Amino acid sequence: MLAAGSIIFWAAAGANRGWTKTSVPRKMVDEVTGIEGVSYEKHFVPGVDFLGAALLGAGVLTGASFFFRTKPK
Amino acid sequence: MKTKLITLALLALTGTVLAAPQTFDFKDPKGINNAGFKLDAPLESINGTASGVSGTVTFDPENPGATTGKIVVATSSLMVPNSMQREHMLGTQWLDAAKFPEITFEAKEFKNIKTEGDTTTADVTGTFTLKGISKELTVPVKLTYMKDKLADRMPGQKGDLLVIRAGFSIKRTDFNVNPGQSEDKVSNTIELTLSIAGASPK
Repeated sequence: MLAAGSIIFWAAAGANRGWTKTSVPRKMVDEVTGIEGVSYEKHFVPGVDFLGAALLGAGVLTGASFFFRTKPK
Repeated sequence: MKTKLITLALLALTGTVLAAPQTFDFKDPKGINNAGFKLDAPLESINGTASGVSGTVTFDPENPGATTGKIVVATSSLMVPNSMQREHMLGTQWLDAAKFPEITFEAKEFKNIKTEGDTTTADVTGTFTLKGISKELTVPVKLTYMKDKLADRMPGQKGDLLVIRAGFSIKRTDFNVNPGQSEDKVSNTIELTLSIAGASPK
């Protein structure tokens, strides 16, 4: 569930194959001088580090679940 | 004769005033002035910008080669899209922004000056200071003088604009920026760009 949810969330957020971003750059151009500036807007974009950590977490939870399985009576 | 002499003196004085160097202030109220930086890294390159640009440049449109000035970038204004990367970048191991709050370039000498219309290209030799270490660098620059254009950018103000664009690279080991560490993760070469406009109100 966690693994599937993480993959869906990562894919829906743009399938960013770089590092996770907590803000995204927005370009702005000064019409008079032609200078291109950058402003940052707070926006979470999960990257492969997020996906890796989520998949690892899912793996650990799956492994742990075998130890806490309720035995059939 | 006396009238002619006075007229000549006035003309000479007017010429001197017109040809006088102008001082341009690079603190940008619009917040567009920026210095960009790029470091290669395995997964994706680290791209960022710094918007805390200030400083003054003295520029003479009649003699661009005599340009002098100092541009200052506030270290704390350096920004990358990942907040944890930014925290590390400004920390003691990398830039130590608390101890070294400014990155500066002070122009000393212009060479290979080429002027076409209002645009001048040149190689500027000056002192670049990062993390308290100063080194002499020669940087290719492009200066564009925009006469009477300040009002277009800042309504209500009369004056001129000077646009400076530059691109060059440095080695982080030369400036004690986490030297010899994490070179497999972050390249030693830092590519820098500068895109700034200064104002000289009249």
